[in-house]
Amino acid sequence: MSQPFLEARNITKRFPGVLALDHVNLRVMAGKVCALVGENGAGKSTLMNILAGVYPDYEGEVLVDGVVQHFQSVTDAQQQGIAIIHQELNVIPYLNIAENIFLGREPLNAFHLIDKRRMHREAKQLLQRLHCDIDTHTLMIDLRVGQQQIVEIAKALSLQAKVLIMDEPTSSLSEGETILLFDLIRELKKQGVGIIYISHKMDEVKQLADYVTVMRDGKFIEEVPMAETTIDDIVSKMVGRDKKDFFIKQQHEHGDIVFETRGLCLKDAIHPDKYILSNINLQVRAGEVLGIYGLMGAGRTELFETIFGLYPKETSGDIWVSGKKAEISHPEDAVKCGMALIPEDRKTAGLVLDMNVCHNTTLASLSDCLKMGLLDQGKEEKTAEDYRQRLDIKSYSLEQLAGQLSGGNQQKIVLAKWLLTNPKVIFLDEPTRGIDILAKNEIYKHMDELAAQGMALIVVSSELPEIMAVSDRIITLREGEIGAEFLREQFTEAAILKAALPRE
Amino acid sequence: MNIQTLLKKPVVKPLIALLLMCIIMTFLSENFATSDNMFNVLRQTSVNLCISVGMTLVILTGGIDLSVGSVLALTGAVAAGLTRDGIELTSIDTFVGFTFWGGCFAALLLGGLLGGFNGFLVTHFRVPAFVATLGTMTIARGLTMLYTGGFPITKLGHGFEVMGTGWFLGVPMPVWIALVIILFFAFYMSKTRTGRYIYAIGGNEKASLLSGIRTGKVIFLVYTIAGVLSAVAGLLVTARLDSAQPNAGTGYELDAIAAVVIGGASLSGGKGSIWGTVVGALIIGVLNNSLVLLNVSPFWQQVIKGLVILLAVIMDRYSNRK
Repeated sequence: MSQPFLEARNITKRFPGVLALDHVNLRVMAGKVCALVGENGAGKSTLMNILAGVYPDYEGEVLVDGVVQHFQSVTDAQQQGIAIIHQELNVIPYLNIAENIFLGREPLNAFHLIDKRRMHREAKQLLQRLHCDIDTHTLMIDLRVGQQQIVEIAKALSLQAKVLIMDEPTSSLSEGETILLFDLIRELKKQGVGIIYISHKMDEVKQLADYVTVMRDGKFIEEVPMAETTIDDIVSKMVGRDKKDFFIKQQHEHGDIVFETRGLCLKDAIHPDKYILSNINLQVRAGEVLGIYGLMGAGRTELFETIFGLYPKETSGDIWVSGKKAEISHPEDAVKCGMALIPEDRKTAGLVLDMNVCHNTTLASLSDCLKMGLLDQGKEEKTAEDYRQRLDIKSYSLEQLAGQLSGGNQQKIVLAKWLLTNPKVIFLDEPTRGIDILAKNEIYKHMDELAAQGMALIVVSSELPEIMAVSDRIITLREGEIGAEFLREQFTEAAILKAALPRE
Repeated sequence: MNIQTLLKKPVVKPLIALLLMCIIMTFLSENFATSDNMFNVLRQTSVNLCISVGMTLVILTGGIDLSVGSVLALTGAVAAGLTRDGIELTSIDTFVGFTFWGGCFAALLLGGLLGGFNGFLVTHFRVPAFVATLGTMTIARGLTMLYTGGFPITKLGHGFEVMGTGWFLGVPMPVWIALVIILFFAFYMSKTRTGRYIYAIGGNEKASLLSGIRTGKVIFLVYTIAGVLSAVAGLLVTARLDSAQPNAGTGYELDAIAAVVIGGASLSGGKGSIWGTVVGALIIGVLNNSLVLLNVSPFWQQVIKGLVILLAVIMDRYSNRK
């Protein structure tokens, strides 16, 4: 291959306690599409953020046109011709197309006022390059997502972008818009723009990519021309890993069905004819761990929040707990039925960071800490201290604020909070996100113990090895529907991943 | 508890400031440290204390209540009007008279209704608290004008006289009333589940909701309490002047917010305490009193008060960053 326009060499990036990238390489040729593939958490976004100048501190080298560059900011990267279009578009809804394209770089006239005529003329030219003739006075809010994306691409072009990074660009596009986007990408290729295309959709990769770079667990796995490989080969390289240092699940007897959903649906609040979740039927037995695997946007978090009564107006279908139909219109009802939810994001949904360990621990079960209707401080502290020791929560006292603890210890507080409510079924949404290996294994062990005590556990995870290690059974969720079901003896990474990938 | 943990208590910093102010004033003015003047400060502050306690609860949930001053005026006027004149329903030729206690009860009820209206707007329609209570503030002021016709309601009788100017066990009546409210809510916040939930909701509403807390109910309750306490303040102001002024309470919301913030609360919720607010209200009270004793012009008084509030907030931000 010829000299790459953009090259990342041996990039290593550390976050507190995590090695996010470990000597990663990536090459982007002018006029070629480089597909970047890997599971959630493989480090794709981190790498892109380095290339786009979002993370200025890393080890290794970034070369543009053969010259080493160290971007300190997004502007630095843009000046070298690197633009990124994020999965969540960054548009200002009540400004028009031209104002969005030239935001922060508005052309000025002799009086230092915005030269609107020139701005719209140039915006129009940019859109024409993309074969799009929408009136540049249209407000962004009035555009469809696909059109907004075209405006973002136009903005990138106005920055003279030579490399365009597209992160899951089709995740919110219709089929027709996707076809348009692909034509556009081919057009950009002709104009000599190099494209990094991140996607989970293998058929798109097959259609578009000139070559594929595979990442796994923060490591560079391989770079291979699309013509010399197959989708199956790529998928197996995305998941293939050694099963080292993983905790071994114990087998428990499974009891009666504890939790069941029948025909659970969640409507989109804004578009009532669309369903975010449709016809979800789940059954979990006492002592069983059910894993739910799905990619980002498959409806994983929504599933738990729906069951927990956060969207009563948009929800239909039945929920049964221990053989009784549960009427759930508020999380309080869910808690009373014996459900517990360990949410995906501890900091925004699991804990009150400015409250201390003790008060966080007892928050969901304060009614057990009352004496004559009033809070009994002694009883509350005794309960919290008891669980602090049982779960080995490392804090210097019960008075320490939850926000000051490490991720693993925070997660244990959330777990303690829910154990105090004596739940029958526990929902765990990404229970080990952002915590270190040691704490992860501790959490897995606690989960195993809870199953052994006869609780039913439902776990969502985007990490395949994790979900395969902890689950008795796995179902895949894709586009709000249940895809396939796997029993423990049927678990293979490739099969589960394939069942979770969106259909064409 | 050792000195260091004691100093970390958020109420300690404003308390030190308050004591310093008192010490300095003792030297600057011989009239400051007299029992007459002390009771004077306390009696003047009792109105703001009642409002600020309610404001503390609202701010702890992460909200704000701008309507307290207008609610004070309307409830004060209604209590005065009902007690003096009663209600004449000419259409069915009936007259309903009110005793002093009946008038007070009606005022508290009205305060609760107005506060509940705020709470309903915030929880049910998800109107930002700032806007919702701004609307109620304007509505309540308008209703006050309608009810009073723009004129004060005066000559209110014995009940109001006792509440406004009476003494009990050597302490002015308004101070007793404020004290009871403070003690009750300090207890309420530390000893009841709802009190804990108020802190939790302000700290993280989503986490509280997911923990099974009826966050909407708690927020509704908090605004209702703020309304009732504004009505108490309305009674105190009316009783003190022996007249209900249609423009009473103008700007009182700012003094209340200032007291809460100076007392160490965070406007984003979850942090603060009743005792901090009490100290904050006393600081404002002592400041007002001192500026009068020192013959500072009323215009400068406003400038200085504004600066003190800003200083308190900046210091708080600065110490939190570290």
